[in-house]
Amino acid sequence: MLRLFTARIIWPLLLILVVLLPMGINAVAGKKVSVNGQPLPKGSMERGKKVFEATCLTCHQADGSGVPRLNPPLIKSDYVTGDPVYLINILLKGLNDEIEVNGEYYGNPMPAQVQLSDQEIADVLTYVRNNFENKAKAITPAQVTAERKKLK
Amino acid sequence: MLVRFLLASSLWFGIVYTTRASDTTKIQTPAGFSTSIIADDLGNARHIAAAPNGVLFIKLERLKNGKGILRLEDNNKDGIYETITGFGNFGGTGIAVKNGYLYASSNSEVYRYRLNDKFEVLDADKPELIVTGLVNKNQHESKSITLDNAGNLYINVGAPSNACQVADRTKGSPGQDPCPILETAGGIWRFRANKLNQSYSEGTHYATGLRNVVGLDWNSAINELFVMQHGRDQLAQLYPDLYNDKQSAELPAEEMFMIKEGSNCGWPYCYYDGQQKKKVLAPEYGGDGKKEDRCANMQKPVVAFPAHMAPNALLFYTGDKFPARYKNGAFIAFHGSWNRAPLKQEGYLVAFVPFSNGQPSGEWEIFANGFAGVAEVKSPRDAKHRPCGLTQGADGAIYVADDVKGTIYRITYNN
Ligand code: HEC
Repeated sequence: MLRLFTARIIWPLLLILVVLLPMGINAVAGKKVSVNGQPLPKGSMERGKKVFEATCLTCHQADGSGVPRLNPPLIKSDYVTGDPVYLINILLKGLNDEIEVNGEYYGNPMPAQVQLSDQEIADVLTYVRNNFENKAKAITPAQVTAERKKLK
Repeated sequence: MLVRFLLASSLWFGIVYTTRASDTTKIQTPAGFSTSIIADDLGNARHIAAAPNGVLFIKLERLKNGKGILRLEDNNKDGIYETITGFGNFGGTGIAVKNGYLYASSNSEVYRYRLNDKFEVLDADKPELIVTGLVNKNQHESKSITLDNAGNLYINVGAPSNACQVADRTKGSPGQDPCPILETAGGIWRFRANKLNQSYSEGTHYATGLRNVVGLDWNSAINELFVMQHGRDQLAQLYPDLYNDKQSAELPAEEMFMIKEGSNCGWPYCYYDGQQKKKVLAPEYGGDGKKEDRCANMQKPVVAFPAHMAPNALLFYTGDKFPARYKNGAFIAFHGSWNRAPLKQEGYLVAFVPFSNGQPSGEWEIFANGFAGVAEVKSPRDAKHRPCGLTQGADGAIYVADDVKGTIYRITYNN
């Protein structure tokens, strides 16, 4: 409740930010910033796309736009491009919390994806981090292995 | 964009709000019918209810400007409902006007407000709590309501699950048998409409085996309850060996049931295959897409619709302002699918089923279409509007509520 309340107060401010920010970024940095200039691991995007289509697509949709108020979008999502540890744990543990993505709330639970291998999780996360207008460093199978160990 | 937002929000805080009615989405209806927009930008407008004097009440899924219920009135009778007031500090879906009261639901309670003879709300800050403690677990959480003519209130409690697997929507996880969710959800509960503070123990477990009902209506012509079920999702993702993407997009049917006390409609053990025209065993319970097993005894639908179209409202038309074939027939608002991906989405329309003697007397047909405002909905976010609520106004028109933008449509017949 409190969270909703504060959200309402900052909403106009956020909106101004959303409107102004892209202008600022374009002006300062120009277009097409690559992440560390590092190439993505070979084949990871192709493999990740396959995992995405078989596992994530129905809920998050082919274009990553999600389903309004049920399943959040992966487009320009801070969850996707942010902290890899948190992101890996969304897939390993699932998520059942009312979350906010790009100013909208999503209530459905996301089931854990533990049936996927460490390689598959790394690939699908690398894929979503470099698709749907996102740009972020690749996730490695070793990072996933490390998080999965902590589950037990 | 910014200017528009500021304008909209500042106007909204006031009592009177002028609708811009600028939406150009064209709605297609059969010859002789026409559609107009009577209010717009209301928020996530879920269900809508009409009072006998023409006033409309709308339940918002989320609070807008701190209000969860809107009262709309067209004072100057120009077809635009310009006088809008808000109250109620809870979001939700269900709303109904009955015997001098306005009933409205959150995702776990039902409240009611006393109305005066102008259908203004008395004690807007002090509604009576009628039902409390209903299951609400972030999935299929909306509580739709309808009332009969004998003082009873019917509420759906959706199952917080897709198919009652041990781990919801997880490949390889078995179905729980018996499904414990059915004890407090996945069905319809009946309560007294005028008794306060009722919880499950004071209610009647009226029907079971219903995964998620959002649209339901009391059919006054035959005094029976009818409900629309949202069928299960993800057959191909969970059982790729048994179903391909196309089959998964087309199975199972969305079902309309005539409910009697004690009805069991089969979820999670069974689903209805509209092509084979039978209830088959769900793969979580050993089904192979053909086997009937225990499903042979489950209640059959009175109408089967294409899969995943998400029927969110049901309305039996009792007016006499539409041609005779519409009398006592059923209108259904289909919110539109998401579970058909990667195939294109379907629904986003209002359907009609003719009835005679309380039973369907013909095939279902599209009544109003074009709400999405795009030629093809690939992803639900493409849709500019999604029909979610339906009511029959005092003027004999039907009103459709959209929960994307909060656009309210009136559909009239003019020879
Ligand atoms: C059954 C539907 C479903 C499936 C399948 C699914 N998700 Fe989700 N996902 C959700 C829901 C619902 C949430 C929000 C959960 C919440 O609000 O607690 C979510 C949240 C997320 C988030 C964080 C929020 C955001 O939008 O950035 C990410 C990242 C994500 N999912 C990625 C994936 C990936 C990758 C896959 C496939 C491996 C996947 N999901 C499969 C439904 C699903």
